[in-house]
Amino acid sequence: MQTLKLRHRAVGPLKGKRNTGIVGVVASGNCEALFERTPSEKTCEVDIRTSVVGFDEVWKLVVADFVERASPGGIRVSINDGGATPDVVMLRLMQGAALMEGN
Amino acid sequence: MTVWDGQKNERERRLRDGRHLAKGKVVASADATRLLEAIIRPGDRVCLEGDNQKQADFLAQALVQADKSRIHDLHIVQSGIVLPEHLDLFEKGIATKLDYSYSGPQGGAVARLLNSGKVELGAIHTYIELFARYFVDLTPHVAITVARQADRDGNLYMGPNVEDSPVVVEATAFKQGIVVAQVNEIVAKLPRVDVPGDRVDFIIETPQPFYVEPLFTRDPAAITETQILMAMMTLKGIYQPYGIKRLNHGIGFNTAAIELLLPTYAEKLGLKGEICTHFALNPHPTLIPAIETGWVTQIHSFGSEVGMDAYMAARPDIYFLGRDGAMASNRMYCQVAGLYATDLFIGATLQIDLAGNSSTVTQDRIAGFGGAPNMGSDPHGRRHPTDPWLKAGREASSAHPKLSRGKKLVVQMIETFGKGLSPSFVEKLDALSLAEKLKMELAPVMVYADDVTHIVTEEGIANLLLCRDADEREQAIRGVAGYTEVGRGRNKRKVEELRARKAILRPEDLGVNPLDVQLSMLAARSVKDLMTWSGGLYDPPAKFRNW
Repeated sequence: MQTLKLRHRAVGPLKGKRNTGIVGVVASGNCEALFERTPSEKTCEVDIRTSVVGFDEVWKLVVADFVERASPGGIRVSINDGGATPDVVMLRLMQGAALMEGN
Repeated sequence: MTVWDGQKNERERRLRDGRHLAKGKVVASADATRLLEAIIRPGDRVCLEGDNQKQADFLAQALVQADKSRIHDLHIVQSGIVLPEHLDLFEKGIATKLDYSYSGPQGGAVARLLNSGKVELGAIHTYIELFARYFVDLTPHVAITVARQADRDGNLYMGPNVEDSPVVVEATAFKQGIVVAQVNEIVAKLPRVDVPGDRVDFIIETPQPFYVEPLFTRDPAAITETQILMAMMTLKGIYQPYGIKRLNHGIGFNTAAIELLLPTYAEKLGLKGEICTHFALNPHPTLIPAIETGWVTQIHSFGSEVGMDAYMAARPDIYFLGRDGAMASNRMYCQVAGLYATDLFIGATLQIDLAGNSSTVTQDRIAGFGGAPNMGSDPHGRRHPTDPWLKAGREASSAHPKLSRGKKLVVQMIETFGKGLSPSFVEKLDALSLAEKLKMELAPVMVYADDVTHIVTEEGIANLLLCRDADEREQAIRGVAGYTEVGRGRNKRKVEELRARKAILRPEDLGVNPLDVQLSMLAARSVKDLMTWSGGLYDPPAKFRNW
């Protein structure tokens, strides 16, 4: 098991008032993403726990694209990975952001 | 003196050699191999159906058992290489040359056989291309066909699986070839005649009913959320703006997801009656919920599907049914319908290169083409206008609107990574490497780049109609290629320019809410759900019953 900690600057805070949200499940080929608000409105923290090694580069690219697409300032995401492919990871991240923006 | 009836005389000789085994036209199943040895000559072109679905399995076994000193060097000209026996013919040396279309279930074995040098490959065709050649330069000397029932005059009844038979039999019979049919049973009166008896020379009642390959059953339980996302993008980014009413769907899970989102997601978008009303399509069980909720006006099919007979028989307003109540399927007709009378073909593929050429061939599997190159091509003979066809044509061209032809929409759906995390976007297709290795004149490309109009991945839709040169095309493809090397090699600025011009559409550009991307959006979540939707009329094959 390895943990990857990624930090990004976002353009602005993620919209919405919701404080926490969870999407996905820890299952083979899937992942769970827990979203929480943090006081720092322009940073986005993403912590990834995964047993699959050798994909750090792809994780970094996926998270960077997510930050660009969703502008998730003031958010900490904790991902428990079950070997999800990049498309599933991106979907979970976008779902989590949409959930937090909801209400 | 010139002989004008040499083929007729040859036919008479062969019939004489076979007739001593027959009572009228009927030959006992135990004499099947002897009959084939009597009527087939070395070097003959033989069509052994060998369709997409139904198989003349008994006679395939009989032919494999033939004495190689009597029958050898056959040239097999059939659409489907589906049964192990089809390959055994080459292993044993009974056949040496092959022209075919589709080899899905035997794709691995075909690749091995080609590598071994035991097959001289003519070409891999699309269906109607092979059928066309039956009338020009690949006319069979002997056709071995398969039917549900025959009467003693040799009239044949195929039920819902008519498929290739009429075209194969006509080409053979009218050019003085010989037609042999295996049938499940011989009856006094047929429910309907699909092939007239005067075209059939011998019939053999088999101990077991013929095999039908269930090809079009996709278990909704295996559809992924990524496929749902792609289906939603396709509905909002292609079906809705072009107003696609007349179409064909491929057989993969991607299009099954679209079918299962019609009564739910597309209904919410208010698209009922605006899209997906007329299909050239196999009887996909996953379309049942859309049919039951009134989405579909009519469907013409290439062949049947195992378990769908009773359902189709109970929906005569939707399907094409004979007076006997069973569907008629004629692959020739439906392929022509799919070519000329649909505005969109959409299907999955395995590899796409930087130009947009798409192929299902990998180093160790040659699955052939089937109907995809036909449906997935723009018919330049088309002259009737429809809105989607005109809109696509105008996006692609700046010529005078009344002089620029329209364009068929050809959509390839592909997840950026395939099985075992192999990238789907590549600089060089495996098909090309294979063609080099096997010294083929043409790489087996399923859909050529100039026919593909849209590529859909989980990252977005590339609209190639809006790309003006090869470089834009390449960047549009890279721009939806995700985290593959091809995708990571994109020029970010150019990709954003293309996005601004709507040549690339992201889910957020289309207003697809990621929270809608849920398995619960599918109108059916299992094969059992499909059965329930059908009111118990759909009778799934055993391998799909897990309850």
